Amino acid sequence: MLTIDEIRRQFPLIAAQGSIYLDSAATAQKPQIVLEEVEKFYSEENANVHRGMHALAEKATVAYEDARKTVAKFIGAAAHEIVFTHGCTESINLVAKSWGKANLKKGDTIALSILEHHSNIVPWQQLQEEIGITIKWIDIDDDGSLIIDNLDDVKLVAVTGCSNVLGTKPDLKLIIEKAHAAGAKVLVDAAQLVVHEKIDVTELDCDFLAFSGHKLYGPTGVGVLYAKRELLESMPPFMGGGMMIGSVTKEGFTAAEIPQKFEAGTPPIAQVIGLKAAINWLSQYDWNDIATHEQELISTATDALNTIEGLTILGTPESSCISFTIDDIHPHDLTEIVGRNGVSLRAGHHCAQPLHERLGVVATTRMSFGIYNTKEDIERATEEIQKAIAILRPA
Amino acid sequence: MDLYAENILDHYRDPRCKGEGSGASVSKEEDNPSCGDRLTAHLWIEDGSITKIEWEGTGCAISQAGMSIFAEELEGKTTTELLSMKKETVYELLGVPIGPRRFKCALLCLHTVKNAIRKHEGLEPQMWLETVEIDED
Repeated sequence: MLTIDEIRRQFPLIAAQGSIYLDSAATAQKPQIVLEEVEKFYSEENANVHRGMHALAEKATVAYEDARKTVAKFIGAAAHEIVFTHGCTESINLVAKSWGKANLKKGDTIALSILEHHSNIVPWQQLQEEIGITIKWIDIDDDGSLIIDNLDDVKLVAVTGCSNVLGTKPDLKLIIEKAHAAGAKVLVDAAQLVVHEKIDVTELDCDFLAFSGHKLYGPTGVGVLYAKRELLESMPPFMGGGMMIGSVTKEGFTAAEIPQKFEAGTPPIAQVIGLKAAINWLSQYDWNDIATHEQELISTATDALNTIEGLTILGTPESSCISFTIDDIHPHDLTEIVGRNGVSLRAGHHCAQPLHERLGVVATTRMSFGIYNTKEDIERATEEIQKAIAILRPA
Repeated sequence: MDLYAENILDHYRDPRCKGEGSGASVSKEEDNPSCGDRLTAHLWIEDGSITKIEWEGTGCAISQAGMSIFAEELEGKTTTELLSMKKETVYELLGVPIGPRRFKCALLCLHTVKNAIRKHEGLEPQMWLETVEIDED
């Protein structure tokens, strides 16, 4: 059992403002220990990594590489299979621009699910424009579950681990088995999933997995790409610069070994150290307790929202978030009004326009959950939604 | 003053000048892609002046009430004065504080009407940048 009061006290923004923060799917709040570790790095250990022989450079390098081990252990990978990027978006772009350009050719097909966030759509559409690949869309049923049929003709399946709109979780094991049987690789966008359940990339057997630090109670500006060793070794470098090279001559360069090959330039060192602190902080809790708490929040929210006249919940949320529409009320008006009364909800298309088009709605309001949320947060939010409707609903 | 002041809510609940615009001199749709607000302005233009307006649209209260309030002011205005109209004029008409999150909702009416006139005059549509920053000279 989690003691939520004790968890809330560790988040300065939640504890100080008494605000009802229900937008963790956009970015999570940060516990004090993460803020402290970032500040401690800048105050006591700041130096560039892999570059100096002096004591500070060594300290910084050790801390940075230690964080890589922490991330690897967290998702069941080996340290050399972890590439630090500047965010989940960059991680996916790295795969598209490096693996994609080297392995896909005109006429090849990749599959995306209709649930995807723009960051797992647009990099592939860029390849569609550049080299003429074809994108096949995996549709959903009325619950928001993916309809997985034939993946036989595809070279890659890029799929979210948890929809950032519907809160539904595709059956990753099934997709990966089917894709591998067809000889396709699988990229998992774990931006939402990573904070809600234990991920083990070895057990999943996915080929690529991407996520960000900031939804995991860590800093913004750091992301992770996991890829199987043989893939990373065979892929050409993504960006060119310092650190990613073996040697450079006037004639050309050789690439560094993995994972440095993909880490051009000074990496987000302090953010990587903050991410390690966030993972260590989260790891003190049991995943089963986190899941139990979250299921309570989802069922409380479902019941509370369903009491509101004209409100429709989209799909059947399993994790992370609930999105809904209310007849005659635009989500921007709703979230602006409840926002003034201290309730943070997100409105819009949540960077998932193809999904909204599929659902036949322009915009939705999303309520999303973090470890610090309570049933009282949901009750307060529901009351404020009711008040806003009374102001807005046309006569 | 509240963004959702009585005049805004009144126009949102009971929009003025709505219509499908059959017989209009020009019709032009514009949207605010970040939130999905959408307006179509139907203008009747004679001798460089607006003689009638109808409009259609969907979206938030600010965008829809904004168009309704703006539409009531358009009759008799010349296309020249509308094309050079500044965003502050719309803010004054709405009479509520428009912050950085909602300025596109509030200015969608101006953006749509300007681009309807530009279409009528055979000009390329102007970009949001120009609608928003026209006074920054």
